[in-house]
Amino acid sequence: MTISVPAARDVKPGRLAPEEYSTNFSDLHPPLDRHEAFVEADRCYFCYDAPCMNACPTSIDIPLFIRQIAADNPTGAAKTILKSNIMGGMCARVCPTETLCEEVCVREVAEGKPVKIGQLQRYATDYLMETAATHPFTRAEPTGKRVAVVGAGPAGLSCAHRLAALGHDVTVFDAREKAGGLNEYGIAAYKSVDGFAQAELDFILGIGGIEIKASTALGRDIALSDLTADFDAVFLGMGLPGVNDLGLDGEDAEGSIDAVDYIAKLRQTDDLASLPVGRRVVVIGGGMTAIDVATQVKLLGAEDVTICYRRGQEAMNASEYEQEVAKTAGVTIRHWLKPKSLLRGEGGAIVGIELEYTAQPNGQLIGTGETMILPADQVFKAIGQTFDAGPLAGTAIRLEKGRILTDEKRRTSLAKVWAGGDCIFGGEDLTVVSVEDGKIAAMDIHAALMGA
Amino acid sequence: MADLSTNFLGIKSPNPFWLASAPPTDKAYNVERAFEAGWGGVVWKTLGSEGPPVVNVNGPRYGAIWGPDRRLLGLNNIELITDRDLETNLREIAEVKRRWPDRAMIASIMVPCEEAEWKAILPRVEDTGADGIELNFGCPHGMSERGMGAAVGQVPEYIQMVAEWCKMYSRLPVIVKLTPNITDIRYPARAAKRGGADAVSLINTISSITSVNLDTFSPEPSIDGKGSHGGYCGPAVKPIALNMVAEIARDGETRGLPISGIGGVTTWRDAAEFIALGCGTVQVCTAAMTYGFKIVQEMIDGLSDWMDERGYRTISDFQGMAVPNVTDWQYLNLNYVTKARIDQDLCIKCGRCHIACEDTSHQAITSMVDGVRHFEVMDDECVGCNLCVNVCPVEDCITMEQLVAGADPRTGRPIDPNYANWTQHPNNPMAVKEAAE
Repeated sequence: MTISVPAARDVKPGRLAPEEYSTNFSDLHPPLDRHEAFVEADRCYFCYDAPCMNACPTSIDIPLFIRQIAADNPTGAAKTILKSNIMGGMCARVCPTETLCEEVCVREVAEGKPVKIGQLQRYATDYLMETAATHPFTRAEPTGKRVAVVGAGPAGLSCAHRLAALGHDVTVFDAREKAGGLNEYGIAAYKSVDGFAQAELDFILGIGGIEIKASTALGRDIALSDLTADFDAVFLGMGLPGVNDLGLDGEDAEGSIDAVDYIAKLRQTDDLASLPVGRRVVVIGGGMTAIDVATQVKLLGAEDVTICYRRGQEAMNASEYEQEVAKTAGVTIRHWLKPKSLLRGEGGAIVGIELEYTAQPNGQLIGTGETMILPADQVFKAIGQTFDAGPLAGTAIRLEKGRILTDEKRRTSLAKVWAGGDCIFGGEDLTVVSVEDGKIAAMDIHAALMGA
Repeated sequence: MADLSTNFLGIKSPNPFWLASAPPTDKAYNVERAFEAGWGGVVWKTLGSEGPPVVNVNGPRYGAIWGPDRRLLGLNNIELITDRDLETNLREIAEVKRRWPDRAMIASIMVPCEEAEWKAILPRVEDTGADGIELNFGCPHGMSERGMGAAVGQVPEYIQMVAEWCKMYSRLPVIVKLTPNITDIRYPARAAKRGGADAVSLINTISSITSVNLDTFSPEPSIDGKGSHGGYCGPAVKPIALNMVAEIARDGETRGLPISGIGGVTTWRDAAEFIALGCGTVQVCTAAMTYGFKIVQEMIDGLSDWMDERGYRTISDFQGMAVPNVTDWQYLNLNYVTKARIDQDLCIKCGRCHIACEDTSHQAITSMVDGVRHFEVMDDECVGCNLCVNVCPVEDCITMEQLVAGADPRTGRPIDPNYANWTQHPNNPMAVKEAAE
């Protein structure tokens, strides 16, 4: 097949003037000030058996914390939040509230304007983290029990914090250099500005009794059998380190990029101007990662960014709100297109992508045979992440559809081992769900260790 | 446009909206601005005796409570009567009245409870050309410690005595301004009437402490770490004022005594309510002090538009219309049975009606029906108390519906179409027994 190959690839760093980087990557939602918080808090009706609270995976008592804000007690509000969700600060920034608490807010139902629960939660948690001299919770009497947590992401840290609060000593192992998991490496930069992920990590560790062992990977530096032998219990919260491939030739070519990897680099760099950015960019996928990478690449100065998703808009995993964020940044979202082949130019680097139109006539997604070509200097793949079961090989831990199988208390099929977060079957790939997993597991570990 | 002009004790004003005796009426500059904005009249800030004027504190004079968006709901002040000398005030009153002959100009007066004092000041006020005088028997702070203001207003005999002096030494109409800081407003009102007063005005401010500073433990407003009770006014006091006005309007001894209504008047609707309870004019202060004089435009238009809509040509067409409907509890119709009705299309399912009823009232509203979040009134438990209506955040979502036929599911008793009140009720040991002969 002959195709018209676009002119020379155009990929370079530093597409923007220096001051544009700080503007483009500033806080997506500037925090509410005290008066704004009062006014917004007053909109809450303090509902009976509040729908928002029931919609929150961590069951935060939302009406109560909002009432505490209204009564000028942001510290108390923060404690109400953190008691249910120790990552209330990050969740206030990254939760898709429009599909959780705010979706069911009676004011959303009544007038299409929910109480800004996420913003209020941030107001309270920011206040506490900025003003509290000490960690708001104290540890129970030491139990002498030791628990290993694998993975210092939201699930692992949530589990570790709850266990520490209950009096256990916790060691958290993480493969990466820094703890925090996706909070540190994955969240879009404009949602977690000013090093918030590390600040929250420090805050969580402030309870004491939690030791972080970074750059220590399960299966490489430690074995599960060692952990089960050395510790009284183990919690696995390793997340999804792998990514799905497109299954096309040329996926290793220059210009074909793993979105998760690119976002991690973006989050870790001290100089956004150092990141290579194509003039024309195509992103394959329909979830949060696709939205995040497309939006950030656009904000880094790409001229033309297109997300291509193989189904319709309603099937996208990214919420409508997130899609709006991307569109506002100037990203084009196209539906019913799936990648067919990667086009490479001289030297084998990516110069475009051929896509096939799709349809779903009887619930079955099919290619229509009709194709189109989008020139692209960079093609980002963001079509889902995968669990790496390698480190669990030879153990009795059962998997389901490639992820760890757990019961409702987050017990795995192996004694003394619990799991939670994105790595378990049924995980929802949401920070707030991971936090809840860690909490549930911690409570059950506690019960098991204390013989309750 | 309806005719808003008023004739109160022979004092004419183009509309019933007067500025109350207070900081907005302390000097010609303010009053001129008020008249330019359209106010129908003013009660000039209270004049004191000849001689060195009173002094005010040099720290804060006002305290307040607010809604969450800083909407001012109640204001409190510890300011005294005018702190300008009498001569200046009298000269300015005369000048302004000359320039604005169509506006009502009332002089408020507060001098010690001595006949000579009143005798001395009254002719001088009359000389200004003012249309009437208002006797300030109301201020609860500062002046009352010196035997004036509320200290007089709390003793009906003093009210009568001073009113008599004023009628004796002045030809001007006399309005007695009443303090609400008493147990029964009818007694001071009756005393004013006995003393020959032509009208009463009420309410003056309510003794209050707006808040306590929890850092310094000083009441607010704080003067060097200490506070003193001030006079409370603004929207928060309107219900108290309406009741006191109604008590005077329907009292056997004071019925028909002209009333100038004061207390939280903020919009045309507030004014209309005071007038419906018998007031001939209303006086405004806090609303003007919050928003400036321009608010009178809304009041004039609002009242006029409402009157046009209802076919009232003049103020007197609806003045006092609500008075016959104010009665004693014992005369309320006990056979009037209502039940709350929740409009399911309007209901947003916040559940406040349920929890209010469940926790604090009569357990008459569901929260769950057939496993679904659903709020509905159970007629066999509903006493018709109206609490759910009041706590519902959606206007008209819950309404009270009268049962006109059948039986009350709560009591099982048939609905009786006849009026019957407590004085006739069998549970009342004092009830008039028909059989008794």
